[in-house]
Amino acid sequence: MNESMNEQPSSAAGPENAADTLLEARNIVKIFGDLRANDDVTLTLKPGEIHALLGENGAGKSTLVKIIYGSLQPTSGALYWKGQPVAMANPAVARDLGVGMVFQHFSLFDALTVTQNIALALPPGLVMAELATRIRTVSADYGLPLRPGALVADLSVGERQRIEIVRCLLQKPSLLIMDEPTAVLTPQEAGQLFVTLERLASEGCGILYISHRLEEVKRICHDATILRHGKVVGRVDPQQETAASLANLMVGNEVMVIKTTRGSAPGEPLLELTELSMATDDPFGVSLKNIDLTVRAGEIVAVAGIAGNGQGELFAAISGETLTAEESQVLLAGAPCGRENITSRRRRNAAFVPEERIGHGAVPNFALSENVVLTHHAIGGGVVRNGLINRLAAHAVNAQVTEMFDVRKGTLNPEARTLSGGNLQKFVVGREVVLQPRILVVNQPTWGVDVGAAAVIRQALIDLAHSGSAVLVISQDLDEIFEIADRIAVISRGELSDAAPAEDMSLERIGLLMAGAHEKANQAGRTATTP
Amino acid sequence: MKIILEKRIEHSRVMALLSPLLAIAITVVIGGIIFASLGLDPAEALYVYFVEPVTTLWSIEELIVKAAPLVLIGAGLAICYSANVWNIGAEGQLTIGALFGSAIPVYFTTWQSPLTLVVMLVLGGFGGALFAAIPAALKNRFGANEILTSLMLVYVAQLLLDWLVRGPWRDPQGYNFPQSVPFEGWQQLPLLGEGRVHIGAIFAVMAVIVLAIMMGRSLRGFEIRVVGNSPRAGAFAGFHQKRVVWFTFMLSGALAGLAGICEVAGPSGELQPSISPGYGFTAIIVAFLGRLNPIGVLFAGFLLAISYLGGEAAQVELGISDKTAQVFQGMLLFFILACDTMILYRIKIASGRSASAKA
Repeated sequence: MNESMNEQPSSAAGPENAADTLLEARNIVKIFGDLRANDDVTLTLKPGEIHALLGENGAGKSTLVKIIYGSLQPTSGALYWKGQPVAMANPAVARDLGVGMVFQHFSLFDALTVTQNIALALPPGLVMAELATRIRTVSADYGLPLRPGALVADLSVGERQRIEIVRCLLQKPSLLIMDEPTAVLTPQEAGQLFVTLERLASEGCGILYISHRLEEVKRICHDATILRHGKVVGRVDPQQETAASLANLMVGNEVMVIKTTRGSAPGEPLLELTELSMATDDPFGVSLKNIDLTVRAGEIVAVAGIAGNGQGELFAAISGETLTAEESQVLLAGAPCGRENITSRRRRNAAFVPEERIGHGAVPNFALSENVVLTHHAIGGGVVRNGLINRLAAHAVNAQVTEMFDVRKGTLNPEARTLSGGNLQKFVVGREVVLQPRILVVNQPTWGVDVGAAAVIRQALIDLAHSGSAVLVISQDLDEIFEIADRIAVISRGELSDAAPAEDMSLERIGLLMAGAHEKANQAGRTATTP
Repeated sequence: MKIILEKRIEHSRVMALLSPLLAIAITVVIGGIIFASLGLDPAEALYVYFVEPVTTLWSIEELIVKAAPLVLIGAGLAICYSANVWNIGAEGQLTIGALFGSAIPVYFTTWQSPLTLVVMLVLGGFGGALFAAIPAALKNRFGANEILTSLMLVYVAQLLLDWLVRGPWRDPQGYNFPQSVPFEGWQQLPLLGEGRVHIGAIFAVMAVIVLAIMMGRSLRGFEIRVVGNSPRAGAFAGFHQKRVVWFTFMLSGALAGLAGICEVAGPSGELQPSISPGYGFTAIIVAFLGRLNPIGVLFAGFLLAISYLGGEAAQVELGISDKTAQVFQGMLLFFILACDTMILYRIKIASGRSASAKA
């Protein structure tokens, strides 16, 4: 056990250095082909500081962080670590210096235990039992309870994130980089994480906090660097700003304000799920249990929940990609169609937008007009006649979507994969909205999408409901849900709560439902029994 | 210095067209080196191999005779491969198609009517499709790898043919030679003109036109391309992957079977233990060289037909083995696949500094 080596970084970040900078990135430029992903970016971070890195998707946040963590090399510019120039040749160098990173996408093996997963990231030659004890101590110490012997597959996303954090903490980092850490957490779990981060900061650890959730940045960060198109456009104190002013800095212009005025009361039920249960074949999938839900004409119902609690399975059951056991478990406009395929359901004037835009909602190396055919081929509009594709009609739909949703692209009809995430999402949502479906089901409508595109998409959903359609939104983003939903239900481990009016819901109540009562009880027991 | 493959933002249309030409050029260069190392004059050898076959009317006709089955099979395989369905067994489907169609002259030796030929051709296509349905069924039902099953079935088909022509289907008046009764009159394909070119060439062109329209314009072609590119998006579009596997396998099998019956009812005029110089395998190269595009397959079919004729010419004039043809075909496929990398990637030469930083 190389305790001495691990001690070193934290002692170096002691009080005598507190005033100095921990990390400085000076004039970083990174060029990919023709794109300047980072253009003269300078950032300084002091020990004990929680520093927010803000920016829209594609602003260059990830590039900068990868340069700091050593997985990318800058085209020009330099990094300084505690005042000394340093070359982060690879992540191992960064880790040895005391830089830890918690990625947005976890790199954990489902079939291994917590201890085994952590051991993989540490130098070889560890005694597993000792490591398990250290994991237990460190995790309890920082309020991140973990059972070292638990299989990762059995853990919630929040618990998995704790593994990643504990993995970093065991190496006693002096700089911790967190990439969108709360995207997968319940409000309560996020609150717990903030306590941990503040504790780490008080011990002198610098934290680089990447997020697009402006409220939480305001809550925990002392300083923020804002990137736009690869350039630093501002360095502000988030405490002195409003969420709106931060958003304007990120986007570069006024963010469209969503109009939520609603007309008449909801009409007849258009989408009904009754006692929908569905077992999964996938060992890491989620079985749906006894789901009841009604969405009426003119309303937006949101299904909140943390990723991996059955949202994908629920979407597949409603869209018809997976057939249900009984015809009557899914009703579209009153017609039982649980055994109908997705094409027949589209003919019933229902439309669907899946979570993954690339490879599920769109074929990446097909042109946009061809991706129009993907969902329009079975229905009116003349995209397909007598088995032949009418290319002009497909181009026309593409042009219509482009105009209505302000889809920005280099050429008129590029391959789908060349579009940025936000623009492609506008396309796949717009492709369905232009059909004016009576029923629209959207899974994660603005996941990984910039603020501007998200506003356009949410407005389109509201307008569609306003025109008398039933809209079901499955989303992890609670801000979004409160912004657009009339009623909210929460999915947890394949079970769906009753949909309650949005005004009766609070963050706390949703958080409790997200965690699931049984899960909560288990956790309490676990913490208590941890020695 | 370090050479890096960098992913392109959008696939390069220029490279998609250039890649086969580049592959042909590299094949010619390497071929020249091989000839030189055999002690031959590379310029003369390459001339004999690639140019001479298209200098006389006779050899051009022979080129068409060889290209017709390659195009017919290659066009079907191009559709199959577009769907990410890997039918490697066209040679077997060709053989079974030839057997099915030949059943008419063998069992109804005296039946002479235009309908005879029609029935033979239909049976040929049917036999090929039926034989191709076996790997399709194994893939759809059990998830068996179709590359393996379709390839192994080639040997089953060839041994079946061998057994038939040496046993039950042997011509009683054939002095014990392993061959069937000779096909006569309406049991043979009508010739185009005076030479050996028969109406199989027309079938090939028709297949190219029909399949080009199907892939370019029809929903069925779109379905095949979507499922081949992105099965999840295909399911979201309401397309069935299994249906596409059935369709593409049986379509390519039918075309291979048609090519098979055209071989025995055309140039051969009877069943023999060997009815094809590996058309079913060479057509795999044709499909790739033709960019999995039916129109491209038409051109690629002629090029690969040259390699057959060139192989024969090289044997006669240069005294080297006719296996040279296979060497050239193999090199060509190898270089196409290598050059195709350039469609999605570009080569970048990195400076020494950052390369050493990574090491």
